[in-house]
Amino acid sequence: MPLSSSAIRANLLLLRGGGGLFVSSRLASSAVLSTRPYKLHKLESGPASEAQVTSDEARKYYRDMATVRRMETAAGNLYKEKAIRGFCHLYSGQEACCVGMEAVLDRNDPVITAYRAHGWTYTRGVPVKAVLSELTGRASGCAKGKGGSMHMYNHNFYGGNGIVGAQVPLGAGIAFAQKYREDKRVCVTLYGDGAANQGQVFEAFNMAKLWDLPCIFVCENNKYGMGTAVERAAASTAYYTRGDYIPGLWVDAMDVITVREATRFAKDWCLSGKGPILLEMETYRYHGHSMSDPGTSYRTREEVQSMRQMRDPIASFRQTLLTAELVAEEELKEIDQSVRKEVDEAVQAAKTNAVPDPKELYTNVYSQPPSGQPNYRIRGIDQFTWSAN
Amino acid sequence: CRSLAARLGPVCLDAASFSHRRLSFGPQFVYTPESADKSLGETSRMNLFQAVTSALDNTLANDPSAVVFGEDVAFGGVFRCTVGLKDKYGKDRVFNTPLSEQGIVGFAIGHAVAGATTVAEIQFGDYIFPAFDQIANEASKYRYRSGNHFNCGSLTVRAPIGAVGHGALYHSQSPEGFFAHLPGIKVVIPRGPIQAKGLLLACINDPDPCFYFEPKILYRSAVEDVPVNGYVLPIGKAEVLIEGSDVTLIGYGTQVHVLREVARLAQSELGVSCELIDMRTILPFDEETVYASVCKTGRCLIAHEAPLTGGFGAELAASVQEHCFLNLEAPVRRVTGHDTPFPHIFENFYLPNQRRCLAAIKDLIGY
Repeated sequence: MPLSSSAIRANLLLLRGGGGLFVSSRLASSAVLSTRPYKLHKLESGPASEAQVTSDEARKYYRDMATVRRMETAAGNLYKEKAIRGFCHLYSGQEACCVGMEAVLDRNDPVITAYRAHGWTYTRGVPVKAVLSELTGRASGCAKGKGGSMHMYNHNFYGGNGIVGAQVPLGAGIAFAQKYREDKRVCVTLYGDGAANQGQVFEAFNMAKLWDLPCIFVCENNKYGMGTAVERAAASTAYYTRGDYIPGLWVDAMDVITVREATRFAKDWCLSGKGPILLEMETYRYHGHSMSDPGTSYRTREEVQSMRQMRDPIASFRQTLLTAELVAEEELKEIDQSVRKEVDEAVQAAKTNAVPDPKELYTNVYSQPPSGQPNYRIRGIDQFTWSAN
Repeated sequence: CRSLAARLGPVCLDAASFSHRRLSFGPQFVYTPESADKSLGETSRMNLFQAVTSALDNTLANDPSAVVFGEDVAFGGVFRCTVGLKDKYGKDRVFNTPLSEQGIVGFAIGHAVAGATTVAEIQFGDYIFPAFDQIANEASKYRYRSGNHFNCGSLTVRAPIGAVGHGALYHSQSPEGFFAHLPGIKVVIPRGPIQAKGLLLACINDPDPCFYFEPKILYRSAVEDVPVNGYVLPIGKAEVLIEGSDVTLIGYGTQVHVLREVARLAQSELGVSCELIDMRTILPFDEETVYASVCKTGRCLIAHEAPLTGGFGAELAASVQEHCFLNLEAPVRRVTGHDTPFPHIFENFYLPNQRRCLAAIKDLIGY
């Protein structure tokens, strides 16, 4: 029988040291969990090898990862029904990365990422309904339906970027703005293993290190740049070392607590004025590159299955929580059900909400008409579309 | 306005009646297959991407220095343009590059300067911009700045372009306008498989660096009997596809097929006889054919997907009015994409569709 939450709190059980887990007949309100080993580049020490996790935190991480997973599955289904068209890059399998990082960041730390952005959009505070509506091009989408899958935004979430690698210099620039304004914040700039070979990434590294920018560069290495395995694209696949003069950390990003502690380390690093740091999050995506890619022509089904069975971030976290007795199985089931309900409602909204007003075709090109041209209209609009105002 | 709309056909002016299912996406056209000159010999049924493969196959077979590279070309390419080539010619000649457009084009320029026939692929025209410096500052100027000592003429860069119905901001762009502004390169856009193969081979054999943009929506939808052997079509020569007397319609790539339909509708609904020109080469463009036509008809409509301001139509319009002024019965009209980023939503209102073109013809006739 699960204990009531007040009973749990009254029975505080906390164990430190030794690296082990205390197995109790009652639920713990927190536990010490081990992190998976890190690899260091130009760092003398790394993140903590264990971390305290409260049951509230555990529930939140589980819920967030489960929501991203279900949201992405729903997006895939909507795509197959042709309710979503165009491009759709699913994050399933990589949930521990965004959830683990977000656990340490706060909403004042800006984040910018590439096109596999739905998970980050959610953890940055955009409700599932707004993510799915953006995918289906509805006015309730987080970019008014004008951006689609690759261009989702929120406060301190600079997208969502379609052009590979283009977001990395942008991230360095955002970090510079933080430093200039003396905001005690870090900018998290994510890119993938494919983007790691773009020249502009190295230009951003150089500027960030030269000017000691509080930028956490994060390479989400899911082993494949579209259909190309990392060994076939990169002379060095040790992405955490490719910042060269920028210290780096390799992180097993299939474990949310491991990601969390690495992020904590990185954030402290940047905020103590030591300049940028590079995290390589080694992760895996279950789906293909995009919805047009089955994801099996360049890797075996066995590989995908084995990752799902042995290294799934949600299943393994679930197991950890149950073993540590941080959360009861019934609670996890309730969370699953509640997530399912939330996503199902969001799917309905995404299918039925209103499309944007036609004027959205030609608004937001500029902020407003040029001061010298009060009668400015977007050129090219004619009587079959509508005049700009 | 509303009665005009009613006469020309159903256009949803009521926002509430929109639904994604009722509106069709992308350029609206029916592909009209053409036939090749009999003298070119045996043909085989090919769509546009197969015609590209055939051209590359001929090139690799006949030119031992030729190499083909780009992102994902080894397995056949995301649009299947290079299927079978690696198996046939080896991975030394058909190979993948990392995800580095500036690197790909810079590397390709160097390879061409060293004398090899180089065919580089940029996966989508939307991604060509990191390479723009290499193209603008290296490729286009090499011969000129070296006093003809060096050149990268054996370079051809291929990229898919254009609207496809769901490409949104970064998989639909038509960048030819930017490239038309670079003296020293050539820019070519085919309208179908027979044209594609002949023009691509012409680009590969051309002594100047060529940028060959393939309308991606035609890869599968355009099918013809294409000669299996190699042949070239002229670069710098436009083609009059339909002769007419009242209005000259000018387009290239996919838009040619939209304009075919426009010409048909103009005849049947308005009794207007249109002359249709496919530019084929954007740079250097065929001035003679264009001016001769507009001087004959007195009215000119230019249509392209790319935005209006500074689009290639602007160059054509300026040149036409300069050379045909006294023959013009009406100002030169352009029907183009709007001056906005290529949209994620309402693509069919953005594109220079039949209805917009027909409305412009009405204006030209009634001027």
